[in-house]
Amino acid sequence: MQIYLPIADIPVSMFLLLAMGIAVGFVSGMFGIGGGFLLTPLLIFVGITPAVAVASVTTHIAASSFSGALSYWRKRAVDPALATTLLSGAVAGTGLGVWLFTWLRQLGQLDLIIALSYVALLGTVGSLMVWEGVRSALRTRQGVTVPLRHGSSHSWVHGLPIKMRFKRSRIYLSVIPVIGVGMLIGFVGAIMGVGGGFLLVPILIYWLRVPTSTVIGTSMMLTLITMIVATLLHAATNHLVDAVLALVLMVGGVIGAQFGARAGQSLRGENLRLLLGLLILAVGIRFAVELVLPPTDIYTVQTVEIGQ
Amino acid sequence: MTARTAIALALAAIALVATAPPAAAERIIVSVSNHRVTVTPSYAGDELVLFGSVERDADTPPDRGDYDLVVTVAGPRADMVTRRKERRAGIWVNADSRQFLDVPSYLAIFSNRPLNEIASADVQRRLQLGINNVVLTQRVGTDYADVVATDPFRTAFVRRQTERGLYRQSSTAVTFLTPTLFRVTIPLPATVPIGTFDIDIKLLVNGALVARSETAFEIVKVGFEQFVANAARHHGLLYGLATVIMALGTGWIASIAFRRD
Repeated sequence: MQIYLPIADIPVSMFLLLAMGIAVGFVSGMFGIGGGFLLTPLLIFVGITPAVAVASVTTHIAASSFSGALSYWRKRAVDPALATTLLSGAVAGTGLGVWLFTWLRQLGQLDLIIALSYVALLGTVGSLMVWEGVRSALRTRQGVTVPLRHGSSHSWVHGLPIKMRFKRSRIYLSVIPVIGVGMLIGFVGAIMGVGGGFLLVPILIYWLRVPTSTVIGTSMMLTLITMIVATLLHAATNHLVDAVLALVLMVGGVIGAQFGARAGQSLRGENLRLLLGLLILAVGIRFAVELVLPPTDIYTVQTVEIGQ
Repeated sequence: MTARTAIALALAAIALVATAPPAAAERIIVSVSNHRVTVTPSYAGDELVLFGSVERDADTPPDRGDYDLVVTVAGPRADMVTRRKERRAGIWVNADSRQFLDVPSYLAIFSNRPLNEIASADVQRRLQLGINNVVLTQRVGTDYADVVATDPFRTAFVRRQTERGLYRQSSTAVTFLTPTLFRVTIPLPATVPIGTFDIDIKLLVNGALVARSETAFEIVKVGFEQFVANAARHHGLLYGLATVIMALGTGWIASIAFRRD
């Protein structure tokens, strides 16, 4: 069944979209991630313009992170103080990201920057995860157990001023790096159409030493708010949010996530990380190939403003 | 109205008549099959039929030659950018671009035989017969001008638009059913823009324009999709709020439906 996407302005098979939503939902349920970094590229690969894909996926992530955030909130696994501090940075970062997005679009360089960001980010994160996954798989085979690396308990981050006590997470930390991290996540999310959970969680755990009990819930809370802000800003400034596209993806996503979560429980942690790493790396490589291969037509036409 | 203005008006009228082309010997009467085309979400392209006849009058020379007809259909005007990719540091990036100002978003030029047989190159250029002769204004830096038809950006623009079915030219699309009765089929692809389409019909005899007529039709999109597109364009923030509420609603329903704790 073909449906016409009003903003993307192309007809697409509804079952294809639903299947993509379910597949990405499955993966996100399995790995406990938002899945934006997979969904945005998939939409681009089926012919939706990168700009519409990025803007519409922000809406999709708002939906999926809301159900997650609700359940973590009920379990008191969200640190409100930490979330608020991160948010103050994230909202500024999102605003900056949407502004840059609009500017790059006028310059005609938006698609390139989106593709380059994906190559850089997914390439790095994917490689690191695959490397880590392979190493730990080898170690288990050899029967060597390595204690988890905790690093030095005090890095330069802990020497920064304007410290604040985050009660629920039981940490005492300067607000500067927290706001900075928030800004980065908001900025990246607005430009790339990703929730940023796959970046935020490692940063919070390894760099800011937030305990694992509150890290996922707080990250989801942040994702939820930044994606709401990004949706509003993209809708108000660029008119690129496709509500029909987002709705079909959401429905597929929530269904897929349920099955993914069950499948994830039966897989071992290291294997899961290795799989996710390979997936991330594959998407990054796909973008890189697109950039390097000669295009079918070196000319493109974009309608700027149509008079009625 | 004072006597002076009346005289002035009369003089103006005489002047108009004097400068008008020699008394028209022919008139073109045309009608399109549908003046308002509605595009629904399942719209997969359609076509419109233009019928017309050439009316002769007492002034028509009895030894009038064969008629030639050129029909130009121009969709709503739009500003468009054509970009060219170049390989830089191993990757393909948009390097150069031209902005096309106020150009037709849809352009079809139909005739009953090749334009070169209908009129001389000079007449073709003057009457804007053929895509190569239609003015497509470009902005190059601070200059506004149409360029030669062989300009790479202009040819690329026309080619891309032709690939999407939005620009087309055919020298067989106009069919004369009798020496004075003709028919043209105007294809409208699924990607057709909404708005007013102007049809300009030019009648030529022996390479010279003898009559001209104009008509128009309108393309409107209807249905839920159009409502969404309008809302997104004209009420961005409100639309964004509605979308966010929809997203939160879906997330909330999911959290209730699949609650495990």
